[in-house]
Amino acid sequence: MSDTFFTASPHWRWLIILYFFVGGIAGGAYFVAALLQWFGRPEDRPVIRTGYGLAFWGAIISGTLLTLDLGRPLRFWHMLFQSENFPSLMFKSWSPISFGAWAILLFGACAALSWWEERRERAPSLVAKLIAGLGGLFGFFVAGYTGVLLSVTNRPIWADSPWLGALFLASGASTGAAALMLFGRRRGASETSIRWLESFDAQALMVELVILIVFIASLWPIRQVWFSFWGFLLLVGVVLAGILWPLRLHFRPSGGAGFRNPALMVLLGGFLLRVVVLFASNSVALRHVASGGG
Amino acid sequence: MPEAMGFFTDTTLCIGCKACEVACKNWNQLPATNGGVTEMSGDSYDNTRKLDGTHWRHVKFIEQFDGPYNGRWLMMSDVCKHCVQAGCLEVCPTGAIIRTQFDTVVIQADVCNGCRACIAACPFGVIDMNPAAGTAQKCTLCYDRMEVGLEPACAKACPTDSIQFGPITELRERANRRLVQLKAQGEKRARLYGDDPNGPLGGLNSFYLLVDEPEVYGLPKDPKLPSRNLKQSGTFATASGAVLGLLALVGLRKRRMDEMN
Repeated sequence: MSDTFFTASPHWRWLIILYFFVGGIAGGAYFVAALLQWFGRPEDRPVIRTGYGLAFWGAIISGTLLTLDLGRPLRFWHMLFQSENFPSLMFKSWSPISFGAWAILLFGACAALSWWEERRERAPSLVAKLIAGLGGLFGFFVAGYTGVLLSVTNRPIWADSPWLGALFLASGASTGAAALMLFGRRRGASETSIRWLESFDAQALMVELVILIVFIASLWPIRQVWFSFWGFLLLVGVVLAGILWPLRLHFRPSGGAGFRNPALMVLLGGFLLRVVVLFASNSVALRHVASGGG
Repeated sequence: MPEAMGFFTDTTLCIGCKACEVACKNWNQLPATNGGVTEMSGDSYDNTRKLDGTHWRHVKFIEQFDGPYNGRWLMMSDVCKHCVQAGCLEVCPTGAIIRTQFDTVVIQADVCNGCRACIAACPFGVIDMNPAAGTAQKCTLCYDRMEVGLEPACAKACPTDSIQFGPITELRERANRRLVQLKAQGEKRARLYGDDPNGPLGGLNSFYLLVDEPEVYGLPKDPKLPSRNLKQSGTFATASGAVLGLLALVGLRKRRMDEMN
């Protein structure tokens, strides 16, 4: 039995799941928008603007969700400054939850600057492009560090595999691109931009699928955790509905709404991935030693 | 600098009276659960069930029975291990968790913001939220009592000296003498858990004498620090980001080439 089975659940539930989901979309969308700003074409601007908007509001929502989830929300600033030695900074390079708090703050700042600059509808300056480059890196960081954060614990599933960071990052890229497809169309995105987004989303989904397979394989010693509702949801909700089905729709478009819309299905899959990862671990209760349980 | 202090818990002496649990709740003014109405566990004589934010001491009842007459009871008063290398202290993003001058690990209630990272980091499942305070809480090894030269409330209350308090070096010597004594009496399964300063987590400042495998008592065989995964997990995430970035760039280049043709 893995030593992780002797630990207690941190009760991270819906607010954290939503944060992981929104943070992944925001980070992925900013990264794609920044790439298009650097290497894209003028007709990509509606997508770029949408990406920065999604990143800005995503950062605001992420920070709010994280704060609301705290046992003492008014002490959120204790993660950034030493409460007993203000204004000395609070920063631990070896603790993902510590450097993650700073990453969200800096990502939010980059997203705000980029969105403001993009809304001015003028040719991007070098400074704006540098901010976009930096923010793009922060974006991918925010999308992926949440998985690393889970791995740097002692909990079942999370600490039993080193692949969660990579998986969440790939999922952030695919859901970020999907959100851009969904919202970009309504904001005047060109067909060439949308086609490129669809192509990138399909590639991100394939990378995500490969990492997911490696992740599951790395958990072979504790495979019993998947013989549950969460294992079923992983297979049906994440793999079939959230990855394989939208991949098929990307390669053979059927042009529909609802479950025929690949972007919507990718977003659903990304959300369910986080639900499964959080709740499958939480469902492993602290091992009681009683009644001959040993 | 005072000596490192801690607990040595000899589980062979525990009679399951739970005086330590009561003394701990009393001294630390921990709130009752369920409004003070006793909740029966239903499958054990132990109704506390686990350590959490309002139970900093817990006497585990390990009830191993095969039929009504064939079996044994093992009892163990569990508590925070005050690890020399503490996972909770390592991850705490607010600096609320500190190491004291007694080499114990304490959560400062006025600094903790209830993010719960320490709960997931603890390899023993010791820490939990105190719903009344909104912060994570656990045993302080009665830091307030130690500061004025008193022993912790649980050790003071223990009627059989199953819980012994003192300087760690002295406790280790005492534990080794007891181990030799038990083995001489024929208890071949007797062993110490967490006494080795070169062992997991640099040793535990609350260590145990057990008479079965650690897992039987609900203790991990090889407890580890959460940071063991940081480097590998970070590397894999960075690599996946690099692959995705590369794929995006190749896609953009291909689009440009297609447009030129």
